[in-house]
Amino acid sequence: MIEAANLSKRFGAVEAVKDVSLVARDGEITGILGANGAGKSTCLRMLYGVLTPDNGTARVDGMDIRGETSKARARLGVLPHATGLYGNLTARENIHYFGSLHGISEERLISRTAELARVLDLDGFMDRRAKGFSQGQRIKTALARALVHDPGNIVLDEPTNGLDVMAIRSLRELLRALRAEGRCVLFSSHVMQEVAALCDRVVIIGHGRVLADATLESLRERSGKNSLEEAFLQVLGGTEGVS
Amino acid sequence: MSALFTVFRKEFLENLRDRRALLSALLFGPLFGPLLFGFMVSRMLNQSVAESDEPLRVTVSGSDHAPGLTRYLQAQGAQLKMATLTEGEGRAAVRNGSAQIVLIIPPEYGARFTAGTPAPVLLVADSTDSQARKSADRARILLGGYASGIAQLRLQIRGVNPLLAVPVAVNEVDVATPTGRAVVVLGFMTYFVLFAVLMGGLYLAIDTTAGERERGSLEALLSLPVARSSLVGGKILATCAYMCISLALSLWAFVCVFYFIPLERLGMSANLGVRTGLIFFAICLPFVPLGAALMTFVASFTRSYREAQTYLTTVLLVPTLPIAFASIYSLKTRNSLMFIPSLSQHLLMTSVLKDEPVAALDVCVSAAASLGLALLLMVLTARHWRRETMLG
Repeated sequence: MIEAANLSKRFGAVEAVKDVSLVARDGEITGILGANGAGKSTCLRMLYGVLTPDNGTARVDGMDIRGETSKARARLGVLPHATGLYGNLTARENIHYFGSLHGISEERLISRTAELARVLDLDGFMDRRAKGFSQGQRIKTALARALVHDPGNIVLDEPTNGLDVMAIRSLRELLRALRAEGRCVLFSSHVMQEVAALCDRVVIIGHGRVLADATLESLRERSGKNSLEEAFLQVLGGTEGVS
Repeated sequence: MSALFTVFRKEFLENLRDRRALLSALLFGPLFGPLLFGFMVSRMLNQSVAESDEPLRVTVSGSDHAPGLTRYLQAQGAQLKMATLTEGEGRAAVRNGSAQIVLIIPPEYGARFTAGTPAPVLLVADSTDSQARKSADRARILLGGYASGIAQLRLQIRGVNPLLAVPVAVNEVDVATPTGRAVVVLGFMTYFVLFAVLMGGLYLAIDTTAGERERGSLEALLSLPVARSSLVGGKILATCAYMCISLALSLWAFVCVFYFIPLERLGMSANLGVRTGLIFFAICLPFVPLGAALMTFVASFTRSYREAQTYLTTVLLVPTLPIAFASIYSLKTRNSLMFIPSLSQHLLMTSVLKDEPVAALDVCVSAAASLGLALLLMVLTARHWRRETMLG
């Protein structure tokens, strides 16, 4: 479970995130929807602890990401916006590197990598250098890297960016599989259909504030609209840039 | 600790696979210096050996007016070319290079000589040409020798003790030892060694910092449950490893080059064998973590590969500054100078080259100062990595 309470962050004169609170539960997929520049990435970066909030706290399974950093991070798998791999290492070496840094033993790493290769369909390029990978192969490898320590919570920052239809489909299936295993999945997107297709719960962010935090059904009921798209648009109001 | 070694192993392996970086780190850096140096020094040596063996060549005009002088010059081994030139022609001959030194003896030489008044001769040479200047000096010494010989004879004939005309006897003592003379030639070799150290880690220092950011792998790395000091430590350690390899290669190349350079022909001995090479390695070893920490520190502040390259090329020049300073003020090994990295290594290596005794305390102070500064830079780098601005 990932909890954020009253997170705020300011960069110079710009107030990027204002008083954001949200909860992503285990066994659910939570989506953060917002336009580019709405504060999604800043919010997620505070949740996985590479940015320090000016105000508020972020907890992973009840552990403060600032206070118990190592313990909280060990329970968190992160797929940042930039999914850079080490080009001179193979996919397997990229995954093993992060696994070793998590302190996983060699034998466990070998079996875990084999498992991830099966689930994510990595076998075709497991021992090729990452330099020449397609965008889909990159995301899959980065995802395997984020999941190597078998975390209970997964945070993904715009994971579908640059993926083709087939890759998006397999990513959706994977996120659903992670949910079925009882994990907490939190991801951000600026694509409405993406959120509508995947999420149990959606948090809509505009100009650094939470505009709505609800299940898809309740959102639909509250707005009195049949289609989710119209419900979203109503919440977003004047916010532009969501497609 | 294990995270530090994981980072080290990965960075070492990744750099090993980057052929371009490897070529620059382990070929260009350590071998370029010794080869260029060997070529230059052997050219210089061949030239000076050839010069001192060669007889002095002088074009003489009007030798008929001074048969005694002419005979004396010939007896001293000078090769005379007889010609008939006016003063203007003599100047022109030197200027256009057809003669290096022209000695013009005017017709009144004989009469003046016999009368006992100073007999004029004209020595024409171009002092901007360093080789002609050396020949002119030789000619001047020969002429002076002839003149003082004649003067002593004249005094003797008149019953005066010729020693009265020599009130001061100047005895020169040149304390330059053969190795000492070689050091003048080898002076800037130490910079090539330190340069090789830095070149060996240049690409890794960029790749593990600015490269990581540009590649987009930094954020994922920073979100791991690993202390930033372990990340920085592993990266610096990998850079150190390549710098050590580069240092060893560079010293090995110098030992090889000096094996073939004919320094003995000039009465010099270079004193750079395998043993000296190993001593140099030990002297430079504390400079390695300093170089690695400095480069990683500087590169950590840059946004891109290109920016890092620009800044680090400047860092390559940093070790030259104390060395240049030392040679301008011709500083000698002193305890207080051992606190200055790069200069202390330079002075220690120079002492070893000169076969001078090296104090154990100096070696310790030099190592401690370099390692202390390295540690400080590592701490500062780790602190910067803990800041969120690190993400860019």
